[in-house]
Amino acid sequence: MSIEDQLQQLSGDLPHGLTEGVALGTGLAEGYDFYESALGQVIVTFNPEGVSSVDIADGIEGRYRERHGRLLIRAEAPTAWRRHIPEAIERGTPGKLPVDLRSVTHFQEKVLRTTATIPKGEVRPYGWVAYEVESPRAVRAVGSAVARNPIPLIIPCHRVVRSDGHIGNYSLGGPHNKIELLEHEGAMPRLLEDLAARHIRVRGNPANRIYCLPTCRRIREASEVIDFRSTTAAEQAGYLACEHCRPHG
Amino acid sequence: MDDLANALATDLDTTFPTVVENMGRQLFWGLRRICGDHQEAEDLTQETFIRAYRALDGYEPERIRAMDLRPWLWTIAMNLGRNHLRDRSRRPRYVEMTDAGREDPEPVDGAAWDRRLSVLNDHQRKAVVLRHVVGLGIVEISEITGRPEGTVKADVHRGLARLRETIEEEK
Repeated sequence: MSIEDQLQQLSGDLPHGLTEGVALGTGLAEGYDFYESALGQVIVTFNPEGVSSVDIADGIEGRYRERHGRLLIRAEAPTAWRRHIPEAIERGTPGKLPVDLRSVTHFQEKVLRTTATIPKGEVRPYGWVAYEVESPRAVRAVGSAVARNPIPLIIPCHRVVRSDGHIGNYSLGGPHNKIELLEHEGAMPRLLEDLAARHIRVRGNPANRIYCLPTCRRIREASEVIDFRSTTAAEQAGYLACEHCRPHG
Repeated sequence: MDDLANALATDLDTTFPTVVENMGRQLFWGLRRICGDHQEAEDLTQETFIRAYRALDGYEPERIRAMDLRPWLWTIAMNLGRNHLRDRSRRPRYVEMTDAGREDPEPVDGAAWDRRLSVLNDHQRKAVVLRHVVGLGIVEISEITGRPEGTVKADVHRGLARLRETIEEEK
């Protein structure tokens, strides 16, 4: 056999995984992997831009295609930020983890980024988020943006509650999961429901005459609390709004 | 104008996987013989396709229709330096990677040929592999490598002569 003939035979098959690797690298497919959370195993999907969705692992593949119409490939998240995923799930905020919010509108993204600033162990009403994104009248739009959060747990939409103080609905498996998560984070869901039933919106600390949202860490340090049915009532009693929880909206 | 370029121009996302299926084998094995390392060749092949996709995504359909895909992909591959490895950490990575397809093809002794090819200088090795492993023409290789046709011819010629000498020495 001539040298040229032998050279011609120096090829083999397409390497296994190349097609998948290209699909993942171009974003033609999303990668997915499983992680543990307070709600059990969750599936996290990602692409080169960041984490794109979180969902309950059970029966995900059918649901995902239905919802996003894209191919899913089992993959490892990029090494550049892989280690931040469990941490982001545990802390309930992205931190250093890039999130891909290209699937939502600019307004919805603003709402979700604001939601991500709510501290663990605390909750805020929809109206608060609306106020923070400088659209205080857009409470309903905020509600639908939060309901469409593609990245629950990491963007902690479970920390947004109804403006009347009730816990409200939750997209990731229903309201019982929201209560479970809030309990896990120490946000006292039972107390919240109790206060809501009594129409109490804010609580004041008579020692410093500051009023807060009920889960604010400042008011929880108080030895005595006075309950108010509105921020107006608190202000009329001579209380000032807390700078940590900003109890507006 | 070929059918694949036409289809790409019409529907990039649906057609692109077919481009990978059709051209990935040649691209990978050419790179594999040029760089001598399986993993590096795999990374280079993947990176070439990713860059190609991004470029095509920004092109007008007319421009894609008029393209000659094979030499174009090879030009991208040849221009990828080692700095491509920087991007790798920002990509999801397929996990069910097995060793299937890793074996060298029969009946030729791939390892022996890797050794022989490593004796050639870079220009000769590229020229010989592109000409005889991949099967590109001198004109295409000249475009891809940016070297004059006469020089490419000489590279192939000298490369083959050097391979012959090496095989003689083995005996």
